[in-house]
Amino acid sequence: MIAHLPALQVAIPLFAAPLCVLLRKGTLPWLIAVAVSWVALLIAGVQLDNVIDDGPISYALGGFAAPFGIEYRIDPLNAFMLLIVSGIAAVVLPFARKSVEAEIREDQHFLFYGAFLLMLTGLLGMAVTGDAFNLFVFIEISALSSYALIAMGKNRRALRAAFTYLVMGTAGATFILIGIGLLYVVTGTLNMADLAQRLQPISETRTVLVAFTFILVGVSLKLALFPLHLWLPNAYTYAPSVVTAFLAATATKVAIYVLLRFVFTIFGVDFSFGALPLQEIFLVLAIASIVIASTVAIYQNNVKRLLAYSSLAQIGYIILGFSYGNVTGLSASIMHLFNHAATKGALFLIMGCVVYRVGSAHIDRLQGLGRRMPLTMFGFTIAGLSLIGVPLTAGFISKWYLVLGAMERGWWPVAVVVLATSLLAVVYVWKVVEVAYFRPLPEDAAEVTDPPLSMLIPAWILILATIYFGIETSLPVGISQQAAQFLFAASP
Amino acid sequence: MTEQVLLILTVLAPLVGAAGIVLIGDRPNLRESVTLITAGGLFAINIALISFVTDGGRPEVELVSFLPGASIKLVAEPLGLLFGLIASGLWIVTSIYSIGYMRGHGEKNQTRFYAYFAIALSSTMGVAYAGNLISMFAFYEVLSLSTYPLVTHAGTEEARRGGRTYIGILIGSSIALFLFAILWTWTSTGSMDFVPGGILRGKMDSLSLSVLLGLFVFGIAKAGVMPFHRWLPAAMVAPTPVSALLHAVAVVKAGVFAITKIAVYIFGIDLLAEAGSGRFFMYVAATTIVLASIVALRQDDLKKRLAYSTISQLSFIVLGAMMGHSLGIIGGGMHIATHALGKITLFFAAGAILVALHKTKVSEMRGIGRTMPLTMAFFLIGSLSISGLPPTGGLWSKWYLLMGTLEIGDYILFVVLLLSSLLSMGYLLPIVVRAFFAAPQAGGHGGVGAAVSDAEEAARPAIKEAPLFILIAMAISSAGTIALFFAPGPVARLVAQIFPDLGGL
Repeated sequence: MIAHLPALQVAIPLFAAPLCVLLRKGTLPWLIAVAVSWVALLIAGVQLDNVIDDGPISYALGGFAAPFGIEYRIDPLNAFMLLIVSGIAAVVLPFARKSVEAEIREDQHFLFYGAFLLMLTGLLGMAVTGDAFNLFVFIEISALSSYALIAMGKNRRALRAAFTYLVMGTAGATFILIGIGLLYVVTGTLNMADLAQRLQPISETRTVLVAFTFILVGVSLKLALFPLHLWLPNAYTYAPSVVTAFLAATATKVAIYVLLRFVFTIFGVDFSFGALPLQEIFLVLAIASIVIASTVAIYQNNVKRLLAYSSLAQIGYIILGFSYGNVTGLSASIMHLFNHAATKGALFLIMGCVVYRVGSAHIDRLQGLGRRMPLTMFGFTIAGLSLIGVPLTAGFISKWYLVLGAMERGWWPVAVVVLATSLLAVVYVWKVVEVAYFRPLPEDAAEVTDPPLSMLIPAWILILATIYFGIETSLPVGISQQAAQFLFAASP
Repeated sequence: MTEQVLLILTVLAPLVGAAGIVLIGDRPNLRESVTLITAGGLFAINIALISFVTDGGRPEVELVSFLPGASIKLVAEPLGLLFGLIASGLWIVTSIYSIGYMRGHGEKNQTRFYAYFAIALSSTMGVAYAGNLISMFAFYEVLSLSTYPLVTHAGTEEARRGGRTYIGILIGSSIALFLFAILWTWTSTGSMDFVPGGILRGKMDSLSLSVLLGLFVFGIAKAGVMPFHRWLPAAMVAPTPVSALLHAVAVVKAGVFAITKIAVYIFGIDLLAEAGSGRFFMYVAATTIVLASIVALRQDDLKKRLAYSTISQLSFIVLGAMMGHSLGIIGGGMHIATHALGKITLFFAAGAILVALHKTKVSEMRGIGRTMPLTMAFFLIGSLSISGLPPTGGLWSKWYLLMGTLEIGDYILFVVLLLSSLLSMGYLLPIVVRAFFAAPQAGGHGGVGAAVSDAEEAARPAIKEAPLFILIAMAISSAGTIALFFAPGPVARLVAQIFPDLGGL
């Protein structure tokens, strides 16, 4: 059983998804989804433990050995990713019941849970696989199910947001496919480890360079790096709250993982940073993301859209760390994958609570909510502090290593930018805090209170996680550093 | 009780108190007792730590290993102990005052007030006893955040705007400048610990040292060095007990304390003197001293005037820290004590006038000495302390600083310090004089009948003093100021412990 865990990680959600669709009514779809997510988390935890103790795990799917069979390969980086994705799912799904009841049509609930489990399958599969084409398959599974989930939002614009995402997302996935295809043509293999070996002698050829570029652009679109980010704000704003929370915490993170996998493991550090001016390109795009997205966030009147732009900025920070090209920078990026997943997950779950009670995420509807929904808005404040990067929160740890990495490189202006842009976050977080606590309640305000415990507890679990991992940092910091060192060391 | 437990308790006890306050909620007398007991206990803990520190020991406890190579740890040393004693002692006095003020003024949300007050004191203790830069930074930020609800207590539009300036400047400067300086120190030296003699010797050239020093001085905006001082007057929207403790004692003193501690334990006094890095910042501090005093002269709102006075007095301590001489540190340390006591008395009096007579403007305070003789007497004592005149302790702290400027041969600064005393007298003493010797403002105008009743009123002013608790608090702090005049020795000796080769004082 233990030996088959990598396959089970993906197989269980995959087979549970049609099961949910078959069981049309009642709470069974939700129960199955929750159970599956907890099992997935357990599996991810066990695998992380094994990888840290024994080293990378290699698993041949169906017993067919690589390079002809599909291989699942787990090293510290993707073990960590599996933990993040399944962890967020395990917290979001219990929250989902009431939220989905309020935001999605009753006759679509079973479809929701089915699609959610498919998206979970796709994301977990992307993280666990060691085969390039298998990766593409899972990319498509997660993407298609996410389009469906976004379209289930109440607002009419959800459909259009989903469609825009579909078009752009398919373009991105197609680019990735073209890249993988080109690599297959010149090497004859799709297995990642095998590709890494076979690409070394031919890395100077134009085909490989073009493949690299296609893959980079495709992945950049998936991870919403400026200027390929246009799909994200609308998708996050109009999707159902649960979907937004899950997407914000996982989808772009897994896309970043794919980037790291291609750059470090398949193409190798020397080629990737040498063939193209990758560092400079990503440095500039990352800083542009951070500055522009943070500034735009300040002017948003819909809190979900504000948080969406904030996510774009945080993705910028992650790519910034990657662009340093040193272990500190890379570990800062990986750490921020974790810290931001917890922080943004918490914030969007809180917004889910607000939408549940008030019916809208527009900032004017949050007036005076600090008094009516005290636990909810206090939670928002704490998670907001993590977004800013106040010490004793998880966000601070990532910022610490980001600045440290820049200083190690001697890139002092970058260090200044990281700190200065945190001040932009202060502005947009405080904007919401002020409205919640200082504006008087509007006269026509409905009698609202804190949401039910099934929603409050998952949100607060993530909020407490942002504080816990800001103080007891050995898990995120330790694993991130281990993963970063492994990536650099194992790079061809 | 081991010293480690005591150290942990300094941070933990107020948090427990805060939890107790929240749980007790709306039973006022019980809730206020929790505050008083916690404050008393905290003071006792600090006193218990004295013997461990004066013996030469430096009790240390590591709370959590936060990051590889950096932990949150607490270390008790003379300077921190002094700050801890003052903050906890004055918490007791301010709690007594708050009871009188909050009830006399009918303030709402008192549970929230007392709870956040306790949390703020916990983080103040954390700043006082921080064992390295990152711990200090963490507690420093928590202090800014926990005092925000106190500053914006009123919940009005004005409070919101004041709160914005407050948190904007404090968090902005600390993230952009203070944190940057900490990280720079970390990458240059591999350490963030407070070590006697400093950790920067030989690690960077003198230009970098000066820039780093500047990042610390301006990044620690709680010290009120211009131009990062605007948060102080903006924070005056807070209820007076908040202004009194936090902005005369805890928050601002955390700032100047941090700068002093960094000067002594990160840079080292000798390095500062050799590299000459402190020179420039002494003049920055001197500019703040003079400019803030001039602005204070022009303020009609009493709390604003006191706010600018605080900004001016804080730069005394900054100047002492930048001096590169032990006399500067001793003078600065003493000034932490004397200014705290003097200023808190003044703020208490301002609040008393507000509660009893509903007046906030200096121009309206003619003749109130007849209605509130005790309050104005205490105000006089506070004014004397701020001006550095006998029989108050303010004389001695100024004395050490003046001696320091002579030792380093800077006569301009000597004159600046003397000038500032004159300016302080200028913006404080006239208030007292007008209160006692000017005719009280009459209510009506014109008409023989009205004039007669005004004259009668002037002849027999009714005494309408502040509530009892407020008077008690003012009495205690004034007594402390005068006590420091007659017995400054213990305080000076405590700070001098930092310099073991100084011998007797």
